[in-house]
Amino acid sequence: MSRKLLLKNDHVPGIATLKTYKENGGYTTMEKALKTMSPDALLEEVKTSGLRGRGGAGFPTGMKWSFLAKPEGVPRYLVVNADESEPGTFKDRYLMERIPHLLIEGMVISSFTLGANSAYIYIRGEYFYVSRILEQAIDEAYAAGLLGKNILGTGYDLDIYVQVGAGAYICGEETALLESLEGKRGNPRIKPPFPAIAGLYGCPTVVNNVETIAALVPIIELGGAEYAKIGIGRSTGTKLISASGHINKPGVYEIELGLPVEEFIYSEEYCGGIKGGRKMKAVVAGGSSVPILPTELILKTAAGEPRLMSYESLGEGGFVSGTMLGSGGFIVMDEDTSIVKNLYTFSRFYHHESCGQCSPCREGTGWMEKILHKILEGKGTLKDIDLLWDIQSKIEGKTICPLGEAAAWPVAAAIRHFRPEFEAYVTNPESIKDVKHYYRLNPTV
Amino acid sequence: MVKLTIDDIPVEVPKGTTILQAARLIGGDVTPPAMCYYSKLKTSGGYCRTCIVKVEQGSEKDPRPIPKPVASCRTEVAEGMVVRNITSPENLEARAGVVELLLVNHPLDCPVCDQAGECHLQDLAYENGKEETRFEFERREFDPIDIGDKIKLHMNRCIMCFRCVKVADQITDGRCHGVINRGDAAEISTYIEKAIDNDFSGNVIDVCPVGALTDRTFRFKSRVWYTKPVDAHRDCDKCCGKVRLWNQGEEVLRVTARKDQWGEVMDNEDGSTAWICNECRFDKKHINDWTVEGPSEINRHSVISANHYDTLRNIKLDTLRMLGGKPHGEKVDLGIGALDPNNQHKQ
Repeated sequence: MSRKLLLKNDHVPGIATLKTYKENGGYTTMEKALKTMSPDALLEEVKTSGLRGRGGAGFPTGMKWSFLAKPEGVPRYLVVNADESEPGTFKDRYLMERIPHLLIEGMVISSFTLGANSAYIYIRGEYFYVSRILEQAIDEAYAAGLLGKNILGTGYDLDIYVQVGAGAYICGEETALLESLEGKRGNPRIKPPFPAIAGLYGCPTVVNNVETIAALVPIIELGGAEYAKIGIGRSTGTKLISASGHINKPGVYEIELGLPVEEFIYSEEYCGGIKGGRKMKAVVAGGSSVPILPTELILKTAAGEPRLMSYESLGEGGFVSGTMLGSGGFIVMDEDTSIVKNLYTFSRFYHHESCGQCSPCREGTGWMEKILHKILEGKGTLKDIDLLWDIQSKIEGKTICPLGEAAAWPVAAAIRHFRPEFEAYVTNPESIKDVKHYYRLNPTV
Repeated sequence: MVKLTIDDIPVEVPKGTTILQAARLIGGDVTPPAMCYYSKLKTSGGYCRTCIVKVEQGSEKDPRPIPKPVASCRTEVAEGMVVRNITSPENLEARAGVVELLLVNHPLDCPVCDQAGECHLQDLAYENGKEETRFEFERREFDPIDIGDKIKLHMNRCIMCFRCVKVADQITDGRCHGVINRGDAAEISTYIEKAIDNDFSGNVIDVCPVGALTDRTFRFKSRVWYTKPVDAHRDCDKCCGKVRLWNQGEEVLRVTARKDQWGEVMDNEDGSTAWICNECRFDKKHINDWTVEGPSEINRHSVISANHYDTLRNIKLDTLRMLGGKPHGEKVDLGIGALDPNNQHKQ
């Protein structure tokens, strides 16, 4: 049994209520932080803990916080990114709907550390019911004096607001999120300036993922040094993984970073092996935008080392033979899955979600979807595969925000690792009928 | 002052200058093309990605290269920066990719487009694009929309540069012009077809790099290269009144603002931008309304000058460079007046 920090009480009935949460030791860490520690000491703990952003990029949280500008007389903001829209990722939803107070406690500690008196939770529109759960929890916390003016008599004020988005993937990009939060069209901003200098309403802002902020509670509870002992190398602590696909036990699992991928997929404690005893074909390890890897490369690195669930190990080999931990959206595909159809689904998604601001992504995502559609219809040519490769290379790295890369990487990886399958679709269109899990092609493209 | 090199050419500019502005000081081929950046409009640029350059050395202090191509219009210079534009084949290839993508949904209806001949997308595609398209699907289509009785919006041709949105935002009062929808379905809109009713709304036509926003009073009247541009002015209580008339004989077919070599509206003496009002643009279509100053200076590359100033067309450019003694890569001021027998009065 590996150690659980975030989800240790998720099975307790009624943990969403303040009463039960407090009975299980809730809000004691916050009290300790506010009453006995200074913001600087808290920041040091976060730095020592080695916590890295859990939203996908894995940027060290302590370092991000130390970049926050602190001009006199200008408010600072904490914004929690709960716009969890990456296909295959659903860990934040689980955390928020089960233990909303953990997020609130983490937000109070984080805001106190950053010197923010207002904090926002930007939650995606599809999670409307979760926003109700959060609002209820926030109301409870206000009533108990855990939020609002003079929290626990410490003189520290904090207001938390929940803002529901309208369901755009792009609003999970931090600057698009801020635009949307300000009431504007959710278009990513051109950086620099980064939000740490000019974020929400032009003020210094820290934007962090739900899980990152929730992780503040165990970090302060255990101390940064103790937290850093969990995990492996520079991947410290625990991580929530949303496991889905053709596995026996899909769901949200908390793992200690450094767990072997093979154990995660096949052990009874986690995914429980592949459904129906079939063979595994491929895994998308960190949400739809990270490169897909075939079985032999996800279980072992190109050098033959066992692959571990950590930022470094999954990234080993770059994009030639590696992938990314990303947001922890772990999608497992069995031997009957068509990689081409899967890629088409992903590409359709990115085409639909491109904001249309910069040319390569706006035009390229639609083009890639159309070519994949053509290949799936059995009308593709071998040239189309090369063209797809070329288009993705023209998008990658040329866009304002990472959506361009998110759309390009899956295409590149699928062609890199599964080219014969694409070629089979082109040279032998009849093979389409043999593949199960058939999606209806979108007639509108 | 900050020193940097662009394509190995050293240039010194004030702190806070962007790479593109620095490159414009050098001029010539070194200057990256800009489809969405407009120096007279705040927060413009960064969208089209045609101005991307490779930064080989970030600065003197931090000599690491910037891993991705940067939008030169929105990236500030740094001391000791080494920028590569046309001396990086990789960068030119990336730009060709952007151009190809910009043309994916463009209708290529130049033969019936009023903008043809002064279209930045034509120039861009000619200079940086490929001969043929690899896109074989149906293109995105929108119906043309009338924005008021003077402006036509052909969304099919739009490249989403956001310049007109910024004009509506920054120059006209009461903005009712923005973008709706997302991705390649995004379109410029006046929000529920509300007509722009504003004295300066016509400037969206001048900033549009393509034929998406055109002047309905000039629609299908003539190809631009059959009209002759002259600079003229009148006393106007709304704007500076300094315009460019596009004439055919005695007839004024079109009135626009005066534009510089980058296709941007010029500045007045006091440094403000010489935007013109709708009255000057749409209503003053008689030569007697104006005091004509003389023929406009048109870039020698332009099809407009190629047709009009016939003598120029026959002069080999290399010979011209030799005669003018201008260094390679510098925009050559042709002194059009001197070469065109019709314009002797200008001298």
